[in-house]
Amino acid sequence: MKLIVGQGSCGIAAGASKAYKILEEEIKNSGANIKLGSTGCIGMCYLEPIVDFIDDDGKKTTFVKVDEEIAKQIVKDIVASKVDSNENVISDEDKEALAKQKRISLRNCGIIDPENIDEYIESGGYKAIERCIKEMTPEEVIEEVKVSGLRGRGGAGFPTWFKFNAARQSPGTEKYLVCNADEGDPGAFMDRSVLEGDPHALIEGMIIAGYAIGASEGIIYVRAEYPLAIKRLNIAMAQAEERGYLNKDLFGEGKFKFSLRIKAGAGAFVCGEETALLESLEGNRGTPRPKPPFPAQKGYWGKPTNINNVETFANVPFILANGGDAFAAVGTEDSKGTKVFALAGKIKKGGLVEVPMGMTIREIIFGIGGGIAEDKGFKAVQMGGPSGGCIPAEFLDIPVDYASITKTGAIMGSGGMVVMDETTCMVDMAKFFLDFTCKESCGKCTPCREGTKRMLEMLEKITEGKGEPGDIEKLEELGKFINSASLCGLGQTASNPVLTTIRYFRDEYEAHINDKKCPAKQCKALLTYTIDPEKCTGCTICARNCPVEAITGTLKEPHKINPDICIKCGKCYEVCRFGAVSVE
Amino acid sequence: MVKIEINDVTYDVPEDFTVLQACEQAGIDIPTLCNDDRLVAHAACRMCLVEVEGMRNLMTACSLKVSDGMKVKTHTPKVIEARRSVLDLLMSNHPNDCLTCEKSGECKLQDYCYEYGVERGSFVGERRDLPPDESNEFYDYDRNKCILCGRCVRVCEELQCTHALTIDNRGFGALADTPFRAGRAESTCVSCGNCVAVCPVGALLPKREKRIRAWDTKKVKTTCTYCGVGCQLELITHKGKVIGSKPVEQGEPNHGLLCVKGSYATDFINHEERLKTPLIRRNGVLEEASWNAAFDLIVSKIKETKEKYGSNSLGGFTSARCTNEDNYLFQKLFRAVIGTNNVDHCARL
Ligand SMILES: Cc1cc2nc3c(=O)[nH]c(=O)nc-3n(C[C@H](O)[C@H](O)[C@H](O)COP(=O)(O)O)c2cc1C
Ligand code: SF4
Ligand code: SF4
Ligand code: SF4
Ligand code: SF4
Ligand code: FES
Repeated sequence: MKLIVGQGSCGIAAGASKAYKILEEEIKNSGANIKLGSTGCIGMCYLEPIVDFIDDDGKKTTFVKVDEEIAKQIVKDIVASKVDSNENVISDEDKEALAKQKRISLRNCGIIDPENIDEYIESGGYKAIERCIKEMTPEEVIEEVKVSGLRGRGGAGFPTWFKFNAARQSPGTEKYLVCNADEGDPGAFMDRSVLEGDPHALIEGMIIAGYAIGASEGIIYVRAEYPLAIKRLNIAMAQAEERGYLNKDLFGEGKFKFSLRIKAGAGAFVCGEETALLESLEGNRGTPRPKPPFPAQKGYWGKPTNINNVETFANVPFILANGGDAFAAVGTEDSKGTKVFALAGKIKKGGLVEVPMGMTIREIIFGIGGGIAEDKGFKAVQMGGPSGGCIPAEFLDIPVDYASITKTGAIMGSGGMVVMDETTCMVDMAKFFLDFTCKESCGKCTPCREGTKRMLEMLEKITEGKGEPGDIEKLEELGKFINSASLCGLGQTASNPVLTTIRYFRDEYEAHINDKKCPAKQCKALLTYTIDPEKCTGCTICARNCPVEAITGTLKEPHKINPDICIKCGKCYEVCRFGAVSVE
Repeated sequence: MVKIEINDVTYDVPEDFTVLQACEQAGIDIPTLCNDDRLVAHAACRMCLVEVEGMRNLMTACSLKVSDGMKVKTHTPKVIEARRSVLDLLMSNHPNDCLTCEKSGECKLQDYCYEYGVERGSFVGERRDLPPDESNEFYDYDRNKCILCGRCVRVCEELQCTHALTIDNRGFGALADTPFRAGRAESTCVSCGNCVAVCPVGALLPKREKRIRAWDTKKVKTTCTYCGVGCQLELITHKGKVIGSKPVEQGEPNHGLLCVKGSYATDFINHEERLKTPLIRRNGVLEEASWNAAFDLIVSKIKETKEKYGSNSLGGFTSARCTNEDNYLFQKLFRAVIGTNNVDHCARL
């Protein structure tokens, strides 16, 4: 019998460590023969802390939202052999949401103990690298990746085999392999999940890639804000070295030896851009270099370098163990395999989901994510984070593949999906993302440094009710210029949230500018609170709650709001029990 | 050599050329603000954008290497519009100070705004508003005029190797400055002035006593008199007086660099105590003399001494402030003409 506690950063934040301690104590007290273990994150953040129970027959029962009381109850129920009666057993609906997914890169996350190499090996780990070294040439490895159709999961979706091959073909004997674990997209955390939940998958993927391109040294550039990921990577690397996978002649074949080290980055979004990442690795300020030359030609210290994303690498062992065909069998013609998405925003079941490419947006959001929180109406989904764009309801049924997403003006990006409901103001949303890129711009090139600031200022103006006719056109013009003239991907995509919201929600912009109204009632400066004298009973509760004494009126008489004093905090709207306060 | 097509005309250019160099060779003007051939390509200002067939975005001519069959368009409406936008954005965060700016007349930003018809920045909003750094003895930094081309930082780092400067902060707040913006005096700056020489705008300027318009000055190319390297510099003169100097942009031996003396130690030229003629001591008193008189005296003394006491009774001591060529001839004179190896120089300043 075994109990396994999900201990990713998300689980720990929800109280998994506490649950673990209680379980430990209770098991001891009960004297039952129950083993206790840890695993990474299964992706269902809204159900954390999650504890799996595996009985002697191998049957698994999942408990969710395990607080101290539940933890105690679980052990009691196990001892009494009545686990199914526990109230916190996962619901069928949530089980189904898990069943609809297809897990390749997250195959071990939430299942094995990331700090135990044996569990990775038992699940088939390090078989792929053995096959590569013993049976395949580097060219054959690259061919297998080509057959798989794997494309980079870090943003641009470049064919992975092509990058491997370019680095392999690049002249020189000293080459480097870099893993991009900077994961700067706000809201995206699939890379962290792999690092924390299955670090050996990344390590094995990197060894295979190193063998394929002829790089004997690898570096994992991981953001310092991921301490648990760094800790588990360090443990995994030490174990891998002990077993002879790192720093030793692999399988005694005299063919290949690979070393790996971690570099903690200070956490700037732009350092996820590959050339800025290289600058940072070399100890410089993280600012992008012009491309070409590409890293495959001139990378780390001017040597041919291949950079891939964590999720990309995590797919590689699967491909080499099961064959490129097995991977290519999943997904669509132009987009093979699976993709992990981070569901966030106004969605019922936020978290990580891994689905076959080609699934519709609707199926992901409603089928797996459970739909919109509080059952409000779906308005749009922002895909690709601050570099991406919004996709409105009319495209809910398009398949999620690189080409289809790009056609909408959004991008696949790293897989962030921020869901917006009818209460989201699209201008405000665009402003939020612009504020992010503006702050994260490195400031090197003129269009991005100066241009994003001006776009942000215009958006601020519009949301404050100071927009003027012509602003939309000016935003579009400036946005297109920044996209076409900036030095790096940050600037080249910075305007996407603005351009797509203008494309699909132009009327909202116009309402802000021409009518000085925010249709979603989010832009404070454009709201007016009024009291309907017909409905007002003169209970005075609004006046007593108004923090700036903008409301006047005597008991049992209709009250009035002085718009010059009102700061639009909405308190009166909240407290009125007669629905007399309205907001426009 | 590779073949490259620029504006529908085919050119043969060396394969290690950038598109910018290819355009220069073809006599096509490409505007640049951050480019400096001596420095690693920076591609930051985005003035040199051109259209390259097959590329999604506009490309920077300064960083893009030519390749065979490449097709470049340098002045399409899209390119012109992009350059105007760059200037518009720069001017929207720049004081419109050309009327009183010391750089006026030799400012690249001003010239391009003129060429591309950008009268002023069209975006209203925040502007950089920082105090100037006037802590250096020889030059001032007007932070509000900096356009972040990064040339000062890079010349200080890559060529001067002093690393006194950095790009501080990021995004709209970024600025070329000393670490923590503590000011030049608090930095490792050695006042070589090479940053001042490369600044394309009026952000970095030598301190000047009088306000003198660039077009009222004359530049005279000469060799620096401070040491044997023989740096090429231009003395800047106004009404017959030297008011400053700057390195000659290209060429041996200094490739556009100077040290603090070449850059700023020109004041002595107009000093009232400066010697302007040779002096001959007569009856214990130094008296002004002509060059001919001085040389006659030297020659006669050397001859006299050599005849009386032999060659080795003479010794020559020259100055490290003479050029290499001067010093070469001087030792030649002593060894071959006078016949002694007694020759040395101060070798320090
Ligand atoms: C501003 C910016 C931020 C980026 N951040 C990341 C990141 O956090 N992680 C990542 O893997 N790729 C990031 N990328 C993409 C990388 O530049 C690069 O394309 C990617 O790491 C390549 O790996 P792949 O081929 O496996 O996708 C970023 C790109 C840009 C322009
Ligand atoms: S686009 Fe933005 S982040 Fe990229 S180099 Fe330019 S200023 Fe820096
Ligand atoms: S730096 Fe150039 S553009 Fe700026 S005020 Fe001076 S002359 Fe004008
Ligand atoms: S004067 Fe010379 S040392 Fe000082 S900051 Fe400028 S380039 Fe660097
Ligand atoms: S001070 Fe001058 S040289 Fe330095 S970055 Fe600013 S504009 Fe460029
Ligand atoms: S000169 Fe090419 S980008 Fe500045």
